[in-house]
Amino acid sequence: MLARIGVGTLDDLFRDLPAKHYRPHLDLPAGLSEMETWQYLRGLSETNLDLDRAPSFLGAGAYRHYAPAAIGHLISRSEFLTSYTPYQPEVSQGTLQAVYEWQSMVCALTGMDVANASVYDAGTGVGEAARMACALTRRRRVLVLDTVNPGYRDVLATYASGPDIDVETLPAWQRAGDGTLTRVTDFSTAIDATVACLIVQQPNFLGWLEQVEGLAAALASVGAILVVVADPVSLAVVRPPGSYGAGIVVAEGKWTGGPTDFGGPLVGMFACRRDYVRQMPGRIVGSTVDADGRRGYVLTLATREQHIRREKATSNICTAEALIALATTVYLSHVGPQGLREVAEQSIAKARYLAGELAHVPGFRVMPIAPWLYEVPIRCPRPAAEINRILLGEGIIGGYDLGQYSPDLDDALLVCCTEMTPRADIDRLVRVLKSI
Amino acid sequence: MTTTDYGHAPANGTSIFSGRQSGVPTLVEKSVPGRRAGSLPLLDVPPVNLDDVIPAGERRHALPLPELSELDVVRHFTRLSKRNYSIESEFYPLGSCTMKYNPKVDETIAALPGFRNLHPLQPESTVQGALHVLHHIQEQLGEITGLPGVSTQPVAGAHGELTGILMVRAYHLKAGRMRRKVLIPDSAHGTNPATAAMAGYEAITIGHDRETGELDFDDFRNKLDNDCAAIMITLPNTLGLFETKIEEICRLAHEVGCLVYCDGANLNALVGSLRPGDVGVDLLHVNLHKTFAVPHGGGGPGGGAICVAPGLEPFLPAPLVVRHRDGTYGLDRARPDTIGRVHTYNGNFNAVLRSYAYILQLGADGLAELGANAVLNANYLKALLADDFQYYVDRTCMHEFVIDGRPFREYGVRTLDIAKRLIDHGYHPPTVYFPLIAPEAIMIEPTETESKQTLDLFAAALIEVAREARETPDVVQSAPHLTPVGRLDEVRAARQPNLKWSDGAVAAG
Repeated sequence: MLARIGVGTLDDLFRDLPAKHYRPHLDLPAGLSEMETWQYLRGLSETNLDLDRAPSFLGAGAYRHYAPAAIGHLISRSEFLTSYTPYQPEVSQGTLQAVYEWQSMVCALTGMDVANASVYDAGTGVGEAARMACALTRRRRVLVLDTVNPGYRDVLATYASGPDIDVETLPAWQRAGDGTLTRVTDFSTAIDATVACLIVQQPNFLGWLEQVEGLAAALASVGAILVVVADPVSLAVVRPPGSYGAGIVVAEGKWTGGPTDFGGPLVGMFACRRDYVRQMPGRIVGSTVDADGRRGYVLTLATREQHIRREKATSNICTAEALIALATTVYLSHVGPQGLREVAEQSIAKARYLAGELAHVPGFRVMPIAPWLYEVPIRCPRPAAEINRILLGEGIIGGYDLGQYSPDLDDALLVCCTEMTPRADIDRLVRVLKSI
Repeated sequence: MTTTDYGHAPANGTSIFSGRQSGVPTLVEKSVPGRRAGSLPLLDVPPVNLDDVIPAGERRHALPLPELSELDVVRHFTRLSKRNYSIESEFYPLGSCTMKYNPKVDETIAALPGFRNLHPLQPESTVQGALHVLHHIQEQLGEITGLPGVSTQPVAGAHGELTGILMVRAYHLKAGRMRRKVLIPDSAHGTNPATAAMAGYEAITIGHDRETGELDFDDFRNKLDNDCAAIMITLPNTLGLFETKIEEICRLAHEVGCLVYCDGANLNALVGSLRPGDVGVDLLHVNLHKTFAVPHGGGGPGGGAICVAPGLEPFLPAPLVVRHRDGTYGLDRARPDTIGRVHTYNGNFNAVLRSYAYILQLGADGLAELGANAVLNANYLKALLADDFQYYVDRTCMHEFVIDGRPFREYGVRTLDIAKRLIDHGYHPPTVYFPLIAPEAIMIEPTETESKQTLDLFAAALIEVAREARETPDVVQSAPHLTPVGRLDEVRAARQPNLKWSDGAVAAG
């Protein structure tokens, strides 16, 4: 090969590199064989306490739902796994049609007009939605309820820092002196003609349903946009954001079709009204025809994107989370409308059973202040962090310590159930709590 | 299939496709009311009436998803998969995308339940193995790039760029400097200027030298001033050429307090041969899915790890994976100068895990050869094609090279036609029309995992397409002939957007 190139040594190909830095010594060990690599990493994996080996009541934005085996088999097919962005549509119809089906399902779930091929996760989706709302309204002020997942709000703050978007967090709950929670539902004083959007989460981080009726109209009256962070499972039983006037909808699509994966890769669903589509970030697939009238699919509306618009693009996003979006598409095809509804119903029933059992445990009390589904804060007789430590000592991964969310809630655990929470695990949790 | 299609099949083509096919109906077209796939176990707690839980006004009753059996679903997606080219069936020389073969053992490792079934918010004491992976790959990437401050939280190249440029911004603000500009060569990926704009900067374009293919050094010097927050430079650049003045560029930038950001999209060329940190680069993102073998998945998930010089470490995203004195690992959230979170949790952990396994397998010895073999393959392929094609810049290349497609205009054949005809020969086309500075560009990146035999066959096919372009241009202009669909009407797609099932079927499936 060197002779064909016309050089004597491999080093001759690197004459353009600064000689004094060429071929640095790398302070790393020698390579492992395949067998050693697998043995080492299998051993490392077993040092983790995974959710197959411990009851867990942890949700707080990441939920363990059952993923039918067909998903893993289908998304592992080489043709999906080892292809790339469908730049050449004639050899990418599989990926392109799958994205079209994903977009269709995201629209069906959320009640929105258009969806993109995915964003990285719900958190970055919220950041992109805020930027998009600012571009649409030519304003720089974003309101977000404090009941939006704190992780999403952290990412929003990072995304807002570059373009100097002013993010204002509105309290959506208060705690009275006797420890009871009350909700705040009137945000009218914060909404004025400088606001680009209000971001709400449904159901919210604390598990209850926000009062969304009228929000979109109040925002529209000053030219602002309602952004909703939705949850795909709840959308089987709770009305879709499109029905109450959302302009942009974001949702985490990972938990419907994939394992918890230590929080990544995730996949953000991103949908909006049709008249907003030219400001939408990310890739979009459309259906069209070839010269003979055969149906086919292509990447479209690309004049929004970085490879054409460069600094004027709606976002820099290109590669996102196609394979995870595919997993969710397969999941939704597999469970169908009835299956998704049953996942929601079973999760709700198990969480209700947990709440009912807790009523008999002295010192513990569920704190619902509004209709809630499968996640709820529990008031504890001691700091929540201490309760979690006791539970872990008994081999149980407890709930989310809400002291990390707000110092006013450091005596509260956010607990969740899904269809994968067996009654025996709930009974075991209750037994341990009774013994405290 | 028509006889005409057969007539246009290349003599030695190896395409998995053999001609036009009827389409795959959509899921909703296959839906049958009441049909379903799996079922859940019987409920082991008392059932709940949803009307008691959700107020009537908030209830949803109709959910317009398709209803299918498991076999319907499996057949649907299996049939869709057969309409894709992929690395594991075709050579995929997509320039700038580093479509290398990804070892299968990494898939097995990524599927280990002890990694897959971890909740991102579990107590740190219960996820020490996962934190070990993240901490160790931070150290590995620091060593490979010469930039020891590392976070694997960014999940894609563009996401790593945004992270890096927000760090540039935080760094200058901390020093009380409000700089407004970021310098970007005209050969750069579009993500660079888009990122600069997202981070609140004005993108200033630097030209390139037509002879050397490198950035226009005089233009750089003229535009560099103390209002420049950073220069974003790609090493090697998008023409596949090393920027020979990189040390001088870094020195001049640093003299005016301007940081040097390196777009690591092309890092594959340099692994083992040069550490960007050694020549003065301050920040670099690593496309883990390219250089460190995460399957591309049809467009993600990837990884966009950010690697920075020591002085920039305080600005890395939080939380950062750290190793405590007692040898345990943890997530450090108390980082006062951090730019904040860029991902809801810990980045694309399951993708990063694959890269970690890949780096462990290569080790120092394998890494030392990685870039060299990628560069060898590219130069070999370039030499094989030299008699039949012209290069935008004809120099020793790094991991990829750019063919100038303009000579084929004489026959009425354009770069797009050549790309489409390669499909009939059984190859995924190279990247085309990028970089934008090279008209009719055909950008070829073979990667180090391809054999000499594959390169020989691909070169023969490309040379055959060149002959066809000269002798039977209509065959090339009307390609591809063997794919399930022909060239698609992109103008119609953009003018009459049909983006979901309920927009109606544009034609029979």
